[in-house]
This record gives sequence, structure tokens and C-alpha cells, in this order.
Amino acid sequence: MLKVTDLTKRFGGFTAVNRVSFSLEKGEILGLIGPNGSGKSTTFNMIAGMLRPTSGSIEFDGREIGGLPPIEICHRGIGRTFQIPRPFRNLTILENVVTAAFFGQSGHVSRSKAHAQAEEALALVGLPTDPRAEVASLGAAGLKKLELARAIATQPRLLLADESLGGLDETEMNQAADMLDHIRREKDITIIWVEHIMGVLMRVVDRAIVLDHGEKIFEGLPREVAKDPKVIEIYLGTEKISFDEAPAT
Amino acid sequence: MFDTFLLESVINGILLGGVLALLALGLNLIFGVIDVVWICYAELVMIGMYAIWWLHVYYGVPLPGAIVSAVMVVALMGVLLHRLVIEPVLGKPPINQLLVTGGVLFFLQAAATLAFGIEFRNLGLRMPVVEFGDMFFSFARLLAFGTALAGVLLLWLFLTRSYLGTAIRAISQDREIMPLMGVDPRRIYLITSAIGGGMAGVAASLLVLQYDVHPAIGLSFGPITFMICVMGGLGNMLGGFLAAFVFAQFISVGGYFFQIEWGYVIAFAFFIAMMFIRPKGLFSR
Repeated sequence: MLKVTDLTKRFGGFTAVNRVSFSLEKGEILGLIGPNGSGKSTTFNMIAGMLRPTSGSIEFDGREIGGLPPIEICHRGIGRTFQIPRPFRNLTILENVVTAAFFGQSGHVSRSKAHAQAEEALALVGLPTDPRAEVASLGAAGLKKLELARAIATQPRLLLADESLGGLDETEMNQAADMLDHIRREKDITIIWVEHIMGVLMRVVDRAIVLDHGEKIFEGLPREVAKDPKVIEIYLGTEKISFDEAPAT
Repeated sequence: MFDTFLLESVINGILLGGVLALLALGLNLIFGVIDVVWICYAELVMIGMYAIWWLHVYYGVPLPGAIVSAVMVVALMGVLLHRLVIEPVLGKPPINQLLVTGGVLFFLQAAATLAFGIEFRNLGLRMPVVEFGDMFFSFARLLAFGTALAGVLLLWLFLTRSYLGTAIRAISQDREIMPLMGVDPRRIYLITSAIGGGMAGVAASLLVLQYDVHPAIGLSFGPITFMICVMGGLGNMLGGFLAAFVFAQFISVGGYFFQIEWGYVIAFAFFIAMMFIRPKGLFSR
């Protein structure tokens, strides 16, 4: 469904992402892991159209999408969430999601259909569908859910979930991981999940990719990741927290 | 002792407030959504007034037709203003944006002088006076008040009930994320500019019933409109709406106790004092 080939992004003399290639099958959850500054978000931004790749290609359903504007990419069926939730605080929860449903799909969507899809997305992540519910009533976990609901409401076939668990406690993390798994099954959405915290992620992803300094240093099954010497070196060297916070699996 | 004349002034103030509220609304909408101040907003109103006068007096277009056409003309001017003048300076320092729209102000004034001369023009309408008890109200003012309230209500319904309106309200918060939800910010800005221009056109049609039009008429209510927006908190539409009525009371009741010119002096003095006490607007939290 998604095929990324030799994807590269340079900012001046700095190479943020260097010839990264991977592909994704329909219905898969791919974990994209790496320490801060490893190029995960830059990769995401290129797939979502927020950054133009310096070179390399991104094929979605057999068509090149690298360098297309974000609106076009959204309409083709790729949704994304942000590490730090960015809801519209002056809108209600439902309005946030309904706007995404109404504008986020290609072709015309009727008011009632957008409304139904927004309610469905909210129910899927477990947020209230009450039209008066305010964004201000949500905590950190709720804001992450809203971010997710808004992306789902655009009816994507591929969801890019950016570090959706940062700032949550362990119970909430596990719930969120189960939720992504549930969404994948329920809505038949393929997911790329960017995350710092490996343990939770490994429980639900089918495959994992590890980036470091913009290069892919590992690709394989989740149980193999933690045993890989290069991965261990990076993680123990820079971000011990990622293992510490991992619940026993 | 009951003072009928004071009551008359208060009511006239409320009527004036409606028109000021409508004027402030368009400017506030533009600022709230696009984050740009149309310094030339009152000049768009002036063009709208000329358009009505020209169509009605010169070409004999019936007044309703002339008004609808003028509203569309000013809406189109709003779109052109955004496309040609605002778009190149979006994201540039505010002073640049003020300067370019200020430039448009002088351009429109000069263009109107060239096209229509400096004479004061009016539609030559005789609007009836409504008598209520011992009080007299101009019919044009009542009409303007009613239309202004209807305009405010319609805009509010559009912004809160339609999904396009919802996107317009949202975009000022996060321009970058909108495209990821499939919303084209550029399209939203053009639509907002058309609505802002349209509001200026509606205001023009109400003012042309009461006032003569001349190339410098924008200067007589442009500053007031701007001050109302600032006093209500720039971009805060409800604040601007209420501030319009506060301002109108100063003008009307102040004019009753002293002279009409003093009403303006008091209103402006109040504005200056407010800028020291509540620089972010009367209703800022």
C-alpha cells in the first residue's frame, strides 16, 4: 500500500533523513522507533506532505505522492496525528471532528454523513459525542484521543500516528495501544506508529523500523528489536527511559 | 421626573449602535480570521455607497437591485483586496500589512475623487420620521438598526451552524493543521474576505440612506469603527458588538447633555482612558 524508496531530506548541510526505504502492506501496523532527532517526524512530515522530500519517492497505492500538498494527501486517504495534540480549542469536541469529516474526504460529503462519521470516530476512541462537550474538559489522554478521532474522521486508509503516547501513564498507554489495534481491525486502517516507548508499541505492531541519525538501522519483527545490538546501543546510550517505562510483555 | 428627551437619546444611541456594530463586525471578522487589519475598510463602504448612488440615480436601477449589486461589488472588492494586496504580505510584519492597506485607503479615496468628484451626493430620498409618544426616530435609523441586527444574527448562524463557518472560526487558531483536515486555508481566506466585503456593502446600503456620500466619508466613521473593534478586543466579535453600543451611547447621550460634537469627544476620551486601563479590550479576561 505504501512504498517509500530512498527517501532523503536535507536542511542545508544537515541530512535529517538519509535514503530510508520501507514498505507497508494493507492492514499492517508498523512501528517507527528512534531517539529524538532520528528523523521520525521528518519522515512523517514528508509522507503527510508538510515537507517536500529532497530526493526519493513515496508511492501510495501505486501512485507517487512525494511533494504533493497536504490537502491532496489528506484527500487521497492519509491521516496524521501530532505528538503534541493540536485541537482547535475555540471549537467543541464534536466540531473539531466534524470539520475533519466534512472537509477531509475527496468529493462532496453531506452534512448528515459528516456528522455520523464524526460521531463514529468519537465513539471509536471513547470520547463523548455530546455536541456541547468542550475541548477544555479533556486531559492529556483525552486530547490524544481527540487528535486520533480527528484523523480517523477523514476516513484515511493509512494513519500516521505520531508518538501518540507521550505524557500518558502506563494504564493509559496500554489502553491507547489497544485502541490503535482496535481501530485497525474495526476500520481496516493501516497504521504507522511513531513512538519513543518501545514496550507498549511492541505489543501491537506487526513490524518495527528503527531510525538513528536519519538512517534505518533495523527492520524486523518486534521481538527481535530489543535483541538487536545496534538498537540496544542507541537506546541505552541515549534514552534509557524507553526501556524503563516498558511494561512487562 | 421622567426625561423623555434623555430616553430618546438613549434609544437613538441604541439605533446608532446597531449600525456601528455591523460596521465593526466585518472588520473584526477579517482580523479574527486572517489576522490582518483592513485600514481601508471604511473606504470599501464608501465605494459601496457610491455604487448604490451611481446605479440608482444615474442608471435608474431600482433601489433594492442597486443595493444587492453594490453588496456583491464590495464583496468582490474584498476578494480582490485579499488576493492582490493581502496575500503577498501574509505572515509579514504587521506594520507592512498596515501600510499596504493604508495605501489602498488613499488609492480608493483618490479614485473616488477622480471618478465622482468632490461633490456630496445623495439618493434624494425622503425617509419618514417615526413618532412614538413624544419621541421622534428616523425611519432610516430604525431600518438600519433592524438590518444590522439581522446581519449580525445571520453571520453568527453561519459561523456556528455551517461547517464552512466552523472552519472559518478554527483557522485563526492553527493555520498549519487545517490542510491535514482537508481544508484549504487560501480558499477560507478568500471566502472570509468576500463576507467581510459583503458586510461593508450592507453597511454602505444602510449609511447611504442617511448620509451624503463623498470621497472622504470613510474618514468620518473609519476611525470609530476601528476604535470599536479595538475596544471590544480586536477579533472578538461579541466584544466588538457590545463595544459598538457602549460607544454609541457615549456619542448619543453625551451629545444630549452637551453638544453633539462633545459626544464624540467624550467617546474618544473614554477610548483613550480604556486603552490605559484595559489595553486588550473591554471584555478581555
